[in-house]
Amino acid sequence: MNPTYAHMLQQEIPLSWYLLLSAALFCLGVLGFLIKRNLITVFMSIELMLNGVNLSFVTFAHQWHAVKGQIFVFFVMMVAAAEAAVGLAIIIAIFRARATLAVDRIDLMKL
Amino acid sequence: MHLILFIVFAGLCLAGAVNLLLQSHPISSALSLIVVMVSLAVLYLLLGAEFLAAAQVIVYAGAIMVLFTFVVMLLNAGREERTRGSHAARLVGFPTAAVILGIIATVILHAQGLGSAGLRDNITSTQDLSAVLFTKLLLPFEVTSVLILIAILGAVALARHGDGEGTSGK
Repeated sequence: MNPTYAHMLQQEIPLSWYLLLSAALFCLGVLGFLIKRNLITVFMSIELMLNGVNLSFVTFAHQWHAVKGQIFVFFVMMVAAAEAAVGLAIIIAIFRARATLAVDRIDLMKL
Repeated sequence: MHLILFIVFAGLCLAGAVNLLLQSHPISSALSLIVVMVSLAVLYLLLGAEFLAAAQVIVYAGAIMVLFTFVVMLLNAGREERTRGSHAARLVGFPTAAVILGIIATVILHAQGLGSAGLRDNITSTQDLSAVLFTKLLLPFEVTSVLILIAILGAVALARHGDGEGTSGK
């Protein structure tokens, strides 16, 4: 095997890159939550934030060789599934009552 | 190899997340979120979490995103409208997200003792995972199943047509 190729196969990358990626995903989720004007897209941004946090859990589980970080991600996935089911049902109920998905028009509880 | 895989799938991940923000049609946003989730599954596999990689594809990219696309198509959601509120949200949103990213990145870059990840690392097998999950954490696991059951009942009650909240007063 070519030595440079073998070197590339063994190359390791620092875990801080994974953490930076997870921070970037979380912040893109925050940004989407703030600037998107569609109820479903706002909800998708929340899922994006959850995914960013999950990546940092898995990274730390790798860092400490611990299984519990991965189990926590498993529980987060289950809670996210429950949250998506209830949240989308609420969105359907809102759409039925107001016939719109624009967050600017769903302002009954706004001051 | 690890480096190449990381760069490819982290780039795909970020591109999908940025595309989610740029698209104005909800179905395009949902499809880019699926790209993000599938590339995250590959990153989990690179970090040695084989069970979570499978669960990410099945639960997130499969079940949850099917639910999202189903609702987008059911409600026939069109393009999002630009209003006065969206301008104010942009004005507040970009600095807020930039500040949060700056703070987290500073903390990460100053952290000591973070290791590295390579292809030769040991993979956490599903056996190890389930040994902890079904012995030490059996009660939380069972409580999760109750949570899912309640969520199903809540979703059915909320989305049911007819004697829902709007008409119950009559």
